[in-house]
Amino acid sequence: MSSSNNGFAIRAESVSRHYQMGAALIRAVDDVSLEVRAGEFLALLGSSGSGKSTLLNLLAGLDRPTSGAIIVRGRNLAEMDTHELARYRSLTVGMVFQAFNLLPRMTLEENVELPLRLAEVERADRAARVQESLERVGLLKRREHRPSELSGGEQQRAALARALVNRPAILLADEPTGNLDSATGEEIMLLLKNFNQSMGMTIVMVTHEHPLAERFADRIATVADGKLVSVTEKPGGRVQS
Amino acid sequence: MKITDLTELALRNLREAILRNSLTTVGVAVGVASLVAMLSLGVGLQQFASQRLESTGLFNAVFVASRYNVRGYGRSPRQNQNAETSKPARPLDEIARQEIARLPNVNEVYPEIRFMTEVRYAGKPYPTMVAGVPESSHTDGAFDGMQGAFFSSPDADEAILQIQFAKDLSAQPSSLIGKDLVLRYAEREALPAQKGAANAASTSGGSGGSAGAGFSVVPHEKKLRIVGIVSTEPEGGFGGFGRSRVFIPLAIAETLSATEVNDLRDVLNGSNKARTYGSLTVRVKSPAQVPQVEAAIKNMGFATFSLLDTTRNLRLFFTVIDLLLGIFGSLALAVATLGIVNTLVMAILERRREIGVFKALGADDRDIKQLFFAEAGVMGLAGGISGVALGWLIGRGVMWGTNIYLSHRNLPAVNISSVPLWLALGAIAFAIVVSLVAGLYPASRAAHLNPVEALRYE
Repeated sequence: MSSSNNGFAIRAESVSRHYQMGAALIRAVDDVSLEVRAGEFLALLGSSGSGKSTLLNLLAGLDRPTSGAIIVRGRNLAEMDTHELARYRSLTVGMVFQAFNLLPRMTLEENVELPLRLAEVERADRAARVQESLERVGLLKRREHRPSELSGGEQQRAALARALVNRPAILLADEPTGNLDSATGEEIMLLLKNFNQSMGMTIVMVTHEHPLAERFADRIATVADGKLVSVTEKPGGRVQS
Repeated sequence: MKITDLTELALRNLREAILRNSLTTVGVAVGVASLVAMLSLGVGLQQFASQRLESTGLFNAVFVASRYNVRGYGRSPRQNQNAETSKPARPLDEIARQEIARLPNVNEVYPEIRFMTEVRYAGKPYPTMVAGVPESSHTDGAFDGMQGAFFSSPDADEAILQIQFAKDLSAQPSSLIGKDLVLRYAEREALPAQKGAANAASTSGGSGGSAGAGFSVVPHEKKLRIVGIVSTEPEGGFGGFGRSRVFIPLAIAETLSATEVNDLRDVLNGSNKARTYGSLTVRVKSPAQVPQVEAAIKNMGFATFSLLDTTRNLRLFFTVIDLLLGIFGSLALAVATLGIVNTLVMAILERRREIGVFKALGADDRDIKQLFFAEAGVMGLAGGISGVALGWLIGRGVMWGTNIYLSHRNLPAVNISSVPLWLALGAIAFAIVVSLVAGLYPASRAAHLNPVEALRYE
């Protein structure tokens, strides 16, 4: 499940994402270079509007950089066409959002099955993979429930199951505990850590909660005003850049 | 995405907004129904007109005349000239009639016999025109809907009256059936050669005195029983029964040997030795064999005319009518397509975030586009099928109403609505294509949504 990119899962090289808002140029991400090691748990830490979510969207292939390169498995995401990017999002990365983004009209089982439909996995294989994912997050018994019938923590666990079902090498989580109370948030963080350690899954998590990053991440990349301010490695707090 | 998954997701999405999507589908159904109803009436009327025209026997008939008196029957002077130079003109006499009857694929050859007469009924004279009717008129529908009965045999001393004439004879025309009338007519009697004047009004013909001596015109009477009254104007072919008011069996008309207009022409031509016919009607086995029989008769030295060209024009006429009906019928479908566009654009607004999630999970632009196309296609298919059923019902309803109206006017029922398989399948296919075209813009718009913006949408 791990990927090799000379030891890096993702390498961002001088990546910028600028927006033109009328006369003003917004530098949401500005000349960021960052290497995410294969199998590590990296926290992107920053305050609201710092550009950390924009950077995560670029790493997820949901957005394209204005300049720079994002290298994954030897391919530059910036040079991929829309179909290749879709395949990348389908098979290489899994995503978890602050707002869970489960489809309210579908049951948990159907929500988790959706990435398998999009990846054109055979119907015969789907049931087993959905069951495996739901078991991993402890929601197998709730599989026929709709998202509105679940608590926030359960919804985020279901979103995690959906992100895992295609067995991606990289999990990208955008404020996964942002809508949860601290106890439930901790449950989710423990699950993420478990995936990271037991499955060797590379995790990049966006958060504005420093204690959470400190406690669970292997490294903390701090972003402010679109720039990468520092990368801190645990334990000991070695500053990389 | 696989087609099965695409269809499942499309059906699920349509079910989620069941009322709005049902109303949109009903819109498509009404559009298709109006198209099908219009075209079913067009097709039905065409079939009805074709059947009626074919029943007149005009389309499997060749009308033959001598070139002595006919200059072409619709042909250009040059064509006519060429035809005339190929074979010499011949008199249209009994020999020619027998010769034509022996041609392959010819069912029947009979002359057009019409003559002026004076009908005596209840002691009063009524001048009118009499026509000889062949036995085949009984089965080809020319006397459909008549009161009473057709002639009991091909040589029965019986007559059928046209309703207007019957009204002249009696205020209650139906009471005439079974009664007798007397036909006073001028019989043509050939005079012996070199003999002078006849004992009656007589004439003689020939050029330079080299021809026969002519014929006498002798008044005669024939008693006939009225067996039927026909309320329509029976069509007996090109110039067949036109304007005739009394119809008698053709065999009887021939035996009467009544003086006709062409007798005078024979006198002038000096060809009055043998009786000639003004024209002959040749019944061919099927319309497809008409051209070949027509060519053979022309080759014998006669002028011919058939109505095959008229059927081609009829088909052209109904094609244009169908086209116009189709255009008017399609207007409702065009309005329905706006409904599809509106529904799908609304769906994009409502499902904006969902589209973002789909893209984040690996859907590419094509998947999103196909999903919206599938939804439009399902609405088109459902609307098309129900529209065909509704259109068929409307056509049947119009036909039902028409037949009630006709029955009140004592006219036979007609079948003026028809939904053939090609129309049903074509309308469904058209509904699907139109729906897919309507889905083009919404599908493209949905496919090109920026996933980051879509995920941010509340």
